[in-house]
Amino acid sequence: MSALRPDLAIIAGWIRPGSRILDLGCGEGDLLAYLRAQHGVSGYGVEIDEARVVAAIRRGVPVIQQDLDGGLRNFGDQSVDTVVLSLTLQASKFPLDLLLEMLRVGREVIVTFPNMGHWHARWQLAVQGRMPVTDALPHAWYDTPNIHLCTIRDFESLCRENGVAVHQRVVLNDQRRQTWLNRLLPNLFGEVALYRCARVTASPLREE
Amino acid sequence: MQDGIRLVTPQLIKSAMPVEIPEHSVGLVTPRSVTFNAPLLLECGRTLPAYTLAYECYGALNAARSNAILLCHALSGDHHAAGYHGPEERKPGWWDHLVGPGKAIDTSLFFVVCANLVGSCKGSTGPASINPETGTPWGLDFPMVTVRDWVQTQAQLADHLGIDCWAAVVGGSLGGMQVMQWAMDLPHRLRHAVVIAAAPRLTAQNIAFNEVARQAIMTDPDFHGGRYYAQDTKPRRGLSLARMIGHITYLSDDAMRKKFGRDTRGGKAFSFGFDVDFEVESYLRHQGSSFVERFDANSYLYITKALDYFDPAAAYEGNLAAAFAPATAQFLVISFTSDWRFSPARSREIVQALYTRNLEVTYAEITSHQGHDSFLLPIPQYVEVLGTYLTRVAAEVGA
Repeated sequence: MSALRPDLAIIAGWIRPGSRILDLGCGEGDLLAYLRAQHGVSGYGVEIDEARVVAAIRRGVPVIQQDLDGGLRNFGDQSVDTVVLSLTLQASKFPLDLLLEMLRVGREVIVTFPNMGHWHARWQLAVQGRMPVTDALPHAWYDTPNIHLCTIRDFESLCRENGVAVHQRVVLNDQRRQTWLNRLLPNLFGEVALYRCARVTASPLREE
Repeated sequence: MQDGIRLVTPQLIKSAMPVEIPEHSVGLVTPRSVTFNAPLLLECGRTLPAYTLAYECYGALNAARSNAILLCHALSGDHHAAGYHGPEERKPGWWDHLVGPGKAIDTSLFFVVCANLVGSCKGSTGPASINPETGTPWGLDFPMVTVRDWVQTQAQLADHLGIDCWAAVVGGSLGGMQVMQWAMDLPHRLRHAVVIAAAPRLTAQNIAFNEVARQAIMTDPDFHGGRYYAQDTKPRRGLSLARMIGHITYLSDDAMRKKFGRDTRGGKAFSFGFDVDFEVESYLRHQGSSFVERFDANSYLYITKALDYFDPAAAYEGNLAAAFAPATAQFLVISFTSDWRFSPARSREIVQALYTRNLEVTYAEITSHQGHDSFLLPIPQYVEVLGTYLTRVAAEVGA
């Protein structure tokens, strides 16, 4: 089993061995293939792209071809332990609906997204006057699938306003590493943000 | 719902089997048959005293007997899924696009079996067979057979072939219903269930189409209450009409528009009469009349009824997940976007039930324009999904 991407490795660490998960926008099924093989996790990937569906099948990952913008109605209330949405929230048509649906389907959700508040993005917009193009957001404005960009501060305020408790947060820099700078000023130096959330009464934010 | 019918051009219809067997074909195949003399108790409560199954096999069974795949055919299909019966045969088996060495259902890895349904007319016992009690064809005295009964007969064939557990049971349309029934009734006898272009039950609209087809047959003056065999005739007009109706539902609006549009036959001006003007009329008439030559009207009645009756969730107040409670197989469910006969929404119901049951399921929704017929065609993404899945299965069972 090849090494997982650092952000996926952190997600993997948040998932209880033996639990049942749903990985939304699972791509080629890297995370699930790893969790199934190493941690006895069961579950399904959800993916819309034809080639990725085939790649997931090739790896033996159960994958359901479905458009997340169509909702998650086919998945029952609290039917899995964890719902994962990795670097896909920003590409969904209805991010809040999707987040709330995830909280209905899973006891816990893991959401990761590229942080638009990262200094590099801010620099491009504020100083250069251009729409940001970064490692985490590599597309030009006219052909990007990323239609709902947000910052760390935006996401946390959305959670607060909608009764979503953040149980854990990790912020990674452009090298996908955690550094003291990210911890100090996550919304400025974090390029990718990872959240573990649930619907229950908010518990204090635990910084890693 | 049906088989072997493609949007064939007249040239293709006339062409004979190539002198050389095409690459990746299973080649020449010889149908086999087996007769079971033990009475078979049917779901309807009646008993079939004995029955014969016609079947074909492709590929080789491995020493562990772990690499067998059962194919379940649809309404008008038969056991001839792949290859050629002889040089005079115009078209190969109904699933030849998908079954063969190196194809999605790879006969160099798997031992593939396909049997004609009891109640059909292609070699297995059906209404055209002789009723041993009367010495005449059964006709409508033939007992009603259901999807559940078919699974029992296929299990007897598996016993006969020495196959304890199928690596996979695979079927499209009505075949997909048999696959689901296998997973529910005999969960220890299959590892994988591949359900293609199927539905957990027919809708009122589906049943309505079947009923119109049956009425077309039964109101034909040549039907004679199903005893047309003795009259040396058959309800040609009724069966042909039934097939024409069915055919419209197997194609999509899009596919018909692309294939025929409003083209007139030979580009001729309107006749301002009631003979064939449009290409689509000509096509349907051809489909209808050629079907009459190869299919028994009574079998059409029986098999459409089995379709109508299929509803495993009915015993559980409509809860399909509850019906799947005994199932242990891993599932691959495939649907086609342009299939309005058994739409993707119906396949998603199946997937949802399997998900609720915590069964492993993979679901692919294939973009296609050919309607329900898509499951018979070599649509690249479909072939890729099925082939990739079965390659995994092959590795798992040591094929």
